[in-house]
Amino acid sequence: MELFRGVNVDWLRLKWYFLGFSLIFSVAGVISMSMHWAQIGSPVPLGVDFKGGTQVQLQFQQTPDAGQIRNATSAAGIKDAEVVRYGDQASNEMLISLPEQQNEASLDAGEKQIVDALHAHYSNSFTVRNVSVVGPTVGKQLRTKAIEATLFSMLGMLVYLWFRFQLIYGVAAVVACFHDTLITVGAFALLDKEISLTVIAAILTLVGYSMNDTIVVFDRIRENLRLSRRESLPDVVNRSINQTLSRTVLTSGLTFLTVLSLYIFGGQVLRGFSFALVVGILIGTYSSIAVAAPMLVAWQEWRARSGSAVVLPAAKRAKI
Amino acid sequence: MKKNLNGKIAAIVAVLVICIYGIFGLPSGVTGSALLDAMSKRIHLGLDLKGGVHLILQVEVQEAVSAETDNTVGRIQQDLKAASLSYSQVYKPDPAQPQIIRVEGVAAGKTSDVRSLLESKYANVYDVTGGGAESSFTVTMKPTAMTTLQDKTVQQAIESIRDRVDTLGVSEPKIEAYGLGKYQILVELPGVDDLDRVKSIIQSTARLEIHAVIGGPFKDDQEALASVNGALPPDEMIAHGSGEVAANSDSESVWLLHRVSVVAGQDFRSADPSTDQNTGQREVSFTLTNEAGDKFHDYTSANVGQRMAVVMGGRVKEVATIQSAIRDSGRITGSFSPDEVTILSKMLKSGALPASLRYLEDRTIGASLGADSIKEGVRAAIAGVLVVMVFMLVYYRGSGINADLALILNLVILLGVMGFGGFALTLPGIAGVILTIGMGVDSNVLIFERIREEVRAGKAPSAAVDQGFAHAWVTIVDTHVTTIVSALILMIVGSGPVRGFAITLIIGLAANLFTAVFVSRVIFDAHLNKLKPGELVSI
Repeated sequence: MELFRGVNVDWLRLKWYFLGFSLIFSVAGVISMSMHWAQIGSPVPLGVDFKGGTQVQLQFQQTPDAGQIRNATSAAGIKDAEVVRYGDQASNEMLISLPEQQNEASLDAGEKQIVDALHAHYSNSFTVRNVSVVGPTVGKQLRTKAIEATLFSMLGMLVYLWFRFQLIYGVAAVVACFHDTLITVGAFALLDKEISLTVIAAILTLVGYSMNDTIVVFDRIRENLRLSRRESLPDVVNRSINQTLSRTVLTSGLTFLTVLSLYIFGGQVLRGFSFALVVGILIGTYSSIAVAAPMLVAWQEWRARSGSAVVLPAAKRAKI
Repeated sequence: MKKNLNGKIAAIVAVLVICIYGIFGLPSGVTGSALLDAMSKRIHLGLDLKGGVHLILQVEVQEAVSAETDNTVGRIQQDLKAASLSYSQVYKPDPAQPQIIRVEGVAAGKTSDVRSLLESKYANVYDVTGGGAESSFTVTMKPTAMTTLQDKTVQQAIESIRDRVDTLGVSEPKIEAYGLGKYQILVELPGVDDLDRVKSIIQSTARLEIHAVIGGPFKDDQEALASVNGALPPDEMIAHGSGEVAANSDSESVWLLHRVSVVAGQDFRSADPSTDQNTGQREVSFTLTNEAGDKFHDYTSANVGQRMAVVMGGRVKEVATIQSAIRDSGRITGSFSPDEVTILSKMLKSGALPASLRYLEDRTIGASLGADSIKEGVRAAIAGVLVVMVFMLVYYRGSGINADLALILNLVILLGVMGFGGFALTLPGIAGVILTIGMGVDSNVLIFERIREEVRAGKAPSAAVDQGFAHAWVTIVDTHVTTIVSALILMIVGSGPVRGFAITLIIGLAANLFTAVFVSRVIFDAHLNKLKPGELVSI
């Protein structure tokens, strides 16, 4: 069986469509993020891991009623409790959240209050599945550290690609990764989904995945540049994308299937995580063709216009 | 060539056997449940999958600094007195800066004497400024000494918490400095869900003291104060606790005790749990060190008929009347909880926590939630892997078997190394496994597509395979090294969950370099050897 044999698409001619597509999604994401920023002081809704606060996940024996739980908690003097259903209707699970506690001394008071109030109301017809109590300090540390780790890992990849290819390749790959991260996080903002620690792991996965995809195309460009020096860069880039297209679609398709099965069968705990991957893999595949490779060409054209010597961005021999 | 191939196959089988041992160890049988049981002993699950308690604690290291400087204040006073140098006061001016000590009101002609005394005795740890025309000195703990003390305090707290947690009998507890913040400790106790008990064990003080009783039991503080006409003398203290609980009252009784203890803390040599043979009540039998025994003997023989109180962690545990002189051993029959008795016996030597702890974060993950996550995660992963494997078979026919074998071996190696290395599998770790599967398939696709291209260009099977591997190898190395570089950075910079992701990813990618390139190549070569002349590779 074979798909995509002898494909010959002029990808670079589509660059304005690509730019438009990327801009629409990035800008929509950024607008949504700034709206969130104005409302809640952070660009995306944050999970209890990052925001701090108290979260109690309960599983009831019968279908619980959010209104009743709200009444029970407010009757016990608990203010601002947010009560939502968690997961499928059939799982009978509820998530009760309290906002961040400024005072760390009373960190776990909230959790006890909630559980006691519900015990009074429901006796023992529920089990506590998960309790998270996060103080403001830890949430903030975690937030900074996660952003730091992502940025540093991108920097590390940039340096490696600089060493293996050339600086512009590294820059183009990292810009593509950043583009993917921005759009994925933007999707969380647009759909008002919370970013938790596991979502961060998913974003790191997509960074790795997108980078992998981009390098495959770059490697082919480097190889083709070495073989045919007289061909223009846009032609080489087009040909390289077309030659690797079959592989790109296969790998992305298969990885997408894996992730989709995670999204469908993985349960509620993995929902946010697999959502990030579903979006990320689509965008990551798109960006290596539509963002990273055209950037190489754009860079070269800019060099030519500004009068600098035109250097094909792959004078180095590929050698291990 | 052929012989070389056999050697390679032997190497692959050896790796496979070693990794299977890494996953299962030596199982008690080959039934499904025996294997699963063996596997769960080798492959540790993270807290998010197993359930348990997760705590982040802040060590109040300034308390340790404060205790140290309190001690120094006392020593400076003694030293000045011993050298007959007068002063008006030695004190710590700012509670927020416990590292600063002031020595004030030194006689005008004696400042240089005071300075040389302070410098000769305290210059190791403290900076001494002032003196000269002034009559006062500032003695400040050196920043390096402070850092050392603070780090030591965190280490001691970790040791102390570890000893305490051991009494819970948790397997594989994780207690370590938490990298994200300063002076923080991470405690992870898999399989535990009683957060309150964990907290009480971590914070209970194992400091045992025996005080002389001045009065009591009283109903409350007011009554105790009234017995001393409303003003507590400086050498007395009020303590709450059990003891002779006041009749017909379930409130705790209040005691008036001598502030200075008869014996305390380090004076105890051991304290072991035991049971009273007559009443079956929990007891603690203790022995004292020799010096303390002498001291205790002097005290008890002089105070027969008087009462004394056993105080643990500031609470009165028992009040007993001295029947006769006691030297170095005795029994306490107090209202101890089982945890307290165990902690007391284990902690007596390592002593109290060096500073108090504050909770920054606590999580309890119910075992049922963890089990659900595993069930769903594993189900999803298996479904995903199956889809991928079937597709490879359909799309690449004979070579699909090759890719599927490589993929299976990759997962075996990944789990095997996790078993050997004792790395825990977490939810983010499963993300790492997914990326590994993705990149593993990708490597095979890269190679196969390249071989197809070469075959189309009219190359002979063995040359096509050769060229396919040679070209794809460059790409595979670049993609893998880039991702490993970023994973290494995540491992160094990142915290708990991010690190779990990075570790599985690094292992998986390293395994992938081996399976997708080396193992696939060997399988191809073995296949090529069997091809008849003119026959094509099934790809």
